[in-house]
Amino acid sequence: MTVQARLGTPHPSLVSAVLDAHEEHHDDGSTTTLGFWIYLMSDCVLFAAVFASFAVLRDQTAGGPSARELFSLPYVAVETGCLLVSSFTYGMAMIAAERHKQTAVLAWLGVTLLLGLSFMGLELHEFGELIAEGAGPDRSAFLSAFFTLVGTHGLHVASGMVWMVVLIAHVLRRGLTADNLTRLTCLSLFWHFLDIVWIGVFTIVYLMGVA
Amino acid sequence: MMDMGKLTMGAIPFDQPIIMGAMTFMVLGGLALVALITYFGRWRWLWSDWLTSVDHKNIGIMYIILALVMLLRGFSDAVMMRTQQALASTGGPGYLPPEHYDQVFTAHGVIMIFFMAMPFIVGLMNLVVPLQIGARDVAFPYLNNLSFWLTAAGALLINVSLCIGEFARTGWLAYPPLSELQFSPGVGVDYYIWSLQISGIGTLLAGVNMITTILKMRAPGMTLMRMPIFTWTSLCANMLIVAAFPILTATLAMLSLDRYLGMHFFTNDGGGNPMMYINLIWAWGHPEVYILILPCFGIFSEVISTFSSKRLFGYTSMVYATVCITILSFVVWLHHFFTMGAGANVNAFFGITTMIISIPTGAKIFNWLFTMYRGRVEFTTPVLWTIGFMITFVIGGMTGVLMALPAADFVLHNSLFLIAHFHNVIIGGVVFGCMAGFSYWFPKAVGFKLDERLGKISFWCWFIGFYMAFMPLYVLGLMGMTRRLNHVDNPVWHIYLVFAMVGAGIIMLGIIAQIAQIAVSVINREKLRDLTGDPWNGRTLEWAVASPAPFYNFAATPHVEDQDAFWDLKQQGFAMGPLPAYRQIHMPHNSGTGPIQAGFAAAIGFALIWHIWWLAIGAFAVGLVVTILHTFNEKRAYYVPSEQVARTEGRYYQQLPVQA
Amino acid sequence: MDGSHAYAPAHGAPAHHDGGGHGSVGSYMVGFALSVLLTAIPFGLVMSGAMPAATVVPICVGLGIVQIVVHLVYFLHMNSSSSRSWNMAAFVFTVIIVAILVVGSLWVMNHLNGNMMPGVMPD
Repeated sequence: MTVQARLGTPHPSLVSAVLDAHEEHHDDGSTTTLGFWIYLMSDCVLFAAVFASFAVLRDQTAGGPSARELFSLPYVAVETGCLLVSSFTYGMAMIAAERHKQTAVLAWLGVTLLLGLSFMGLELHEFGELIAEGAGPDRSAFLSAFFTLVGTHGLHVASGMVWMVVLIAHVLRRGLTADNLTRLTCLSLFWHFLDIVWIGVFTIVYLMGVA
Repeated sequence: MMDMGKLTMGAIPFDQPIIMGAMTFMVLGGLALVALITYFGRWRWLWSDWLTSVDHKNIGIMYIILALVMLLRGFSDAVMMRTQQALASTGGPGYLPPEHYDQVFTAHGVIMIFFMAMPFIVGLMNLVVPLQIGARDVAFPYLNNLSFWLTAAGALLINVSLCIGEFARTGWLAYPPLSELQFSPGVGVDYYIWSLQISGIGTLLAGVNMITTILKMRAPGMTLMRMPIFTWTSLCANMLIVAAFPILTATLAMLSLDRYLGMHFFTNDGGGNPMMYINLIWAWGHPEVYILILPCFGIFSEVISTFSSKRLFGYTSMVYATVCITILSFVVWLHHFFTMGAGANVNAFFGITTMIISIPTGAKIFNWLFTMYRGRVEFTTPVLWTIGFMITFVIGGMTGVLMALPAADFVLHNSLFLIAHFHNVIIGGVVFGCMAGFSYWFPKAVGFKLDERLGKISFWCWFIGFYMAFMPLYVLGLMGMTRRLNHVDNPVWHIYLVFAMVGAGIIMLGIIAQIAQIAVSVINREKLRDLTGDPWNGRTLEWAVASPAPFYNFAATPHVEDQDAFWDLKQQGFAMGPLPAYRQIHMPHNSGTGPIQAGFAAAIGFALIWHIWWLAIGAFAVGLVVTILHTFNEKRAYYVPSEQVARTEGRYYQQLPVQA
Repeated sequence: MDGSHAYAPAHGAPAHHDGGGHGSVGSYMVGFALSVLLTAIPFGLVMSGAMPAATVVPICVGLGIVQIVVHLVYFLHMNSSSSRSWNMAAFVFTVIIVAILVVGSLWVMNHLNGNMMPGVMPD
């Protein structure tokens, strides 16, 4: 076998690569953001699988209560409002971050966190009531799918809030550094994404359930 | 006394001599390894150079080592099944009682797919893709380390199940209602669930990482249509990982909710629907087989083009075929359960899509053949694996198209014909592909080539052994023998089963030859050393650096002007040579967080399997704290001084043969 | 994911972020107003009970899809600019997969239930 690679002249582009004055390419945060976006895409598929299961099992009440008997739309409307406003307040936090107004960022994150907490409180309260009425997740396939779908979304919101607390600590510690801006951007994608999933939840689970 | 949930001393199967033997073997092997590392004082080296390494090449090698170890475990299961069926086909009970045999066939499937094939493929992608695209590392090096350790944690759990408790007796996809608590009250299915959940998260993260790497970190000039074909197939395989693995996660999560919280997703009662599980698991399962085979198509393309000294025939059609397969692999899943009763129109749709997906695959075969045509083909070990693949995979593909016909599938479903078919494509495609890639990139990974003679012996044993082991199964399938039988009483089948057992024995000789090959190559490493970094006269960028590649990969990022970037440079008369100056290089720090987090994941899994709730909650809480603290670690990267780069590069150029 | 930073983080001057952000207070306000509207209409329709389910369900689903698009445009700032073309490509791929999975599963399961579930099987 002839091995052609021998000691010789390297390609000029390699030479210029080491001689050029400009620094080697650094990630400007876009790599991290794209990676996180791709992770979110996988989360979409995860929710799709749970939504599909809910859609298949939604009429399997096994003699137990149905959606129409269980759900209160005004209550869900308040939950929806919390989440929707929190998406808006997170947007305000991002605008403040781009303008490097640290106090405003922290304030908006705090408001978002409170709205997230209210949403979680409302959801846990709803779950508690249902279980107390004997309409827990082990009652029927419909309720298993309901608790799992809404609970999966709730778990995501909860982890988003843990993440938000950690980010507040990061911003307090180091300010609005490039790293922290990237982190804020990723969490904003996550938070808005959860709001989008909730549109699916209130439409398919609650509105279609009661209609 | 601590609350240990369901875990008691009774969980260790003292009354089962075979399991106790295997367990003693594993424990003694582990102790011997620990003793050796201690004796040679290599703990620090092991921890800081390997276990905590964020270097994609080291992580790739660790993945492949895991895969090879698991190959031995999975293959032992295979040998047990073949001998059991050969012994128990003339009326006798054989030596494996049904409850043990059922665990063996389940473990065989799970281990071979999740802990042999997947780590092997992910390992090769890790090792090669960043080098092929001219990158320093993957996009998220720490995450890469964590992905590996999560896979390893899953593998650990499945091996623990051999010694403590039991494994699932449900078959490798754990169909409900059999896998529900009502019919599988033991911990076997729980071991199954948690080992797959933990390793599945690792695989998903690895997929995210690899896609980002390929999309964002290619060398300047490397447009999509200049990417090496292995990088292309890796990109598509990782898109499938990201799109398909969440379905597995969700499906297994729903099964766990049934088992742990009494829900009714897939139960017989309460309105549950077991058919939904089968629908969902195959919506993951079919893309999964393409996750395994697509990168192997890439390996064969690289090998056949390198050793024919020709540009790959029909590069563009190869790329389009790969992308078509990526999408089509999501619309064929129902062909795994034609017989469940969806009816003629649904079955017809999925039968037709299944036949369609064979078209791009067939196109690829012709591309490889035309690449060889009028090329100067060197019959090295990787080429033998490739040619063996082309023959075997075409046969396996054709039997697959037979079963794509729903009417024929009603006869063949769950028979040994099916078993023969998917081993025909998975061994002929994935295993041969991994072996081709292993011998092709081995010098790049460690710096010396593998012994050719033993490599060829191994190939021929695998090749002949495969045909002897699986052709009889086609016949048995047509005779009506179904899969997963513990004992049968049909003297006509006996001779075929004996023949298949002998085939498995010949494959075992192939594996022994591979172990010998690695040992002999290590002993003769000076003679086999690759000084040039380009032992095969390669075409892609991984051959443009020393073997093994320096940890920073490229001292200067190459500029790509053609499809076969390195070949193009060589054709233009440029070669490797010292640069007039070197720059400092920005590199990530190693991190011990990955193995620690995976350790907590394994602890959570073990605790959930045995219902040790305090341990699960505790391990989760501590693991969460570790994860959060990790985000506060600011020392993620450092600069390699230019002098160190110059020294490393200088050593390489000194040993290069002088221009001919 | 937070702990998984790319190994070459930007340092020094704040970097240009092209993965998200880029909205003005105005665009967030527009998005928010549209979302409130698109949420209120289906809730109102269902709660009033003015229309039969067969009419109101498609309306709800349609408005839900519109609202998702509004969120994507005004909150997630999805567009076809080249700096974010990979985000868009990944999203389109995901939408295809999600559609295949959900529609396919419903189609398959509908037939399976029709043919195989107890009570509906022919005697």
